[in-house]
Amino acid sequence: MSLRSKDLVGIKGLDAADIELILETASGFKDVLGRDIKKVPALRGKTTVNLFYEPSTRTRTSFELAAKRLSTDVINISVSTSSVVKGESLRDTALTIQALGADFIIVRHSCSGVAHFLAENLDASVVNAGDGTNEHPTQALLDLFTIMEKKHAIKGLDVAIVGDILHSRVAKSNIYALKKLGANVRLIGPPTLVPAFMKELGVDIYTDMNKGLKGVDIVMMLRIQMERQGKGFFPTTVEYFKNWGLTSERLSRAKRNVLVMHPGPMNRGVEISSDVADGLRSVILDQVTNGLAVRMAVLYLLAGVKG
Amino acid sequence: MPKELLDKDDIERAITRMAHEIIEKNKGVRSLCLVGIQRGGVHLAKRLAAKLKEIEGKGIPVGTLDIALYRDDITVRKEQPVVRRTQVPCEINNKKVVLVDDVLFTGRSIRAAMDAVIDMGRPSTIQLAVLVDRGHRELPIKADFVGKNVPTSLEETVQVRLAEDGLEDKVVLE
Repeated sequence: MSLRSKDLVGIKGLDAADIELILETASGFKDVLGRDIKKVPALRGKTTVNLFYEPSTRTRTSFELAAKRLSTDVINISVSTSSVVKGESLRDTALTIQALGADFIIVRHSCSGVAHFLAENLDASVVNAGDGTNEHPTQALLDLFTIMEKKHAIKGLDVAIVGDILHSRVAKSNIYALKKLGANVRLIGPPTLVPAFMKELGVDIYTDMNKGLKGVDIVMMLRIQMERQGKGFFPTTVEYFKNWGLTSERLSRAKRNVLVMHPGPMNRGVEISSDVADGLRSVILDQVTNGLAVRMAVLYLLAGVKG
Repeated sequence: MPKELLDKDDIERAITRMAHEIIEKNKGVRSLCLVGIQRGGVHLAKRLAAKLKEIEGKGIPVGTLDIALYRDDITVRKEQPVVRRTQVPCEINNKKVVLVDDVLFTGRSIRAAMDAVIDMGRPSTIQLAVLVDRGHRELPIKADFVGKNVPTSLEETVQVRLAEDGLEDKVVLE
């Protein structure tokens, strides 16, 4: 078994078997992360470049550690100190990095479609670490892995994704992934942030948080993206929390063994209350740990796709 | 025409003899840990452990080891090897680790397995038990316990079929 594409641009282009292969491979890597020596020689001699045009701590660190634990050499390019500020185009920057011998280019950019563009223009494997409001495939894969670990299956689960769906690449990747594996997905949020056209993706839409949470197996909270607000999507963060914030009282409407997830970073008191974020049903820190295993699996499998 | 090398009883007898040899060499089963190499070695390790328990009356830890990430041919293979679970239920430090595999051929899997074990700790010794040694070593590696030595040509394949995989216990040469 292997993946068909040298790149991971989005979940949209994968089929259920690809997703399952990545998740199965990730469980092998989870074992590695439990050892004293958390490094394997599998990709010795390969080079990984993190090319981040947007700020990121956890995703970049996670990719960097994943790449290092597979024994690849890692370079981080922070755009504020690179020749991008001198006006170099995205394509030229990427070709330069490839000419230096990069095997994997991990890219994050504020424009949707950047990962796809690079994938078409480069021989190196391109991994999308978030492009605009389009996709963030490894986040969805690590979310699925975390669900599998706790629930042992995805098919038939009721999953609520709550918050700013409109701007969320995490939500989009998760919707594609969950649907492909047979989950029932519902979106909850203010109508300004959960547009009705999303019904076309085969999901249900709720504007009432209390109704939406009823009987769900999984609640995926999204970060309210302050940097993308200011256009009057909702009046104030206080009012947002009152209507769509996840509190333990609201959570009691979900199944007893519900899992609470959040891709981070969290705005406590805006989309989630602290007692839920730190509570027994929260798997938020498991998500972070599993992110490493999943990203190792992705790099490992992409290395096996011969051009 | 496939040629049968070992039948069910032969396999059973080989495992019994290997178990006795392991006990003799290690003067008992203290500090012993069996580690089956995925996938062929896993069932054999369990059978050997059961036999050791039958003889010595003591259970010994049995682990499974996946060597995919330690292979030396990752960059030249057509497909990436499947990553399976590695689970060793005990500390490796100061243990006598017996690696178990079905067929010993080039010795490259065993090289990878030794690297993988050493990344988990520092065993006092590593020994090797294989059901079939078919020759053609490419590395200076030798088994401590062998079920059957079989001279083969490079074109032939040795298949170990086991009941645990839903097949009839049998070793065949094709």
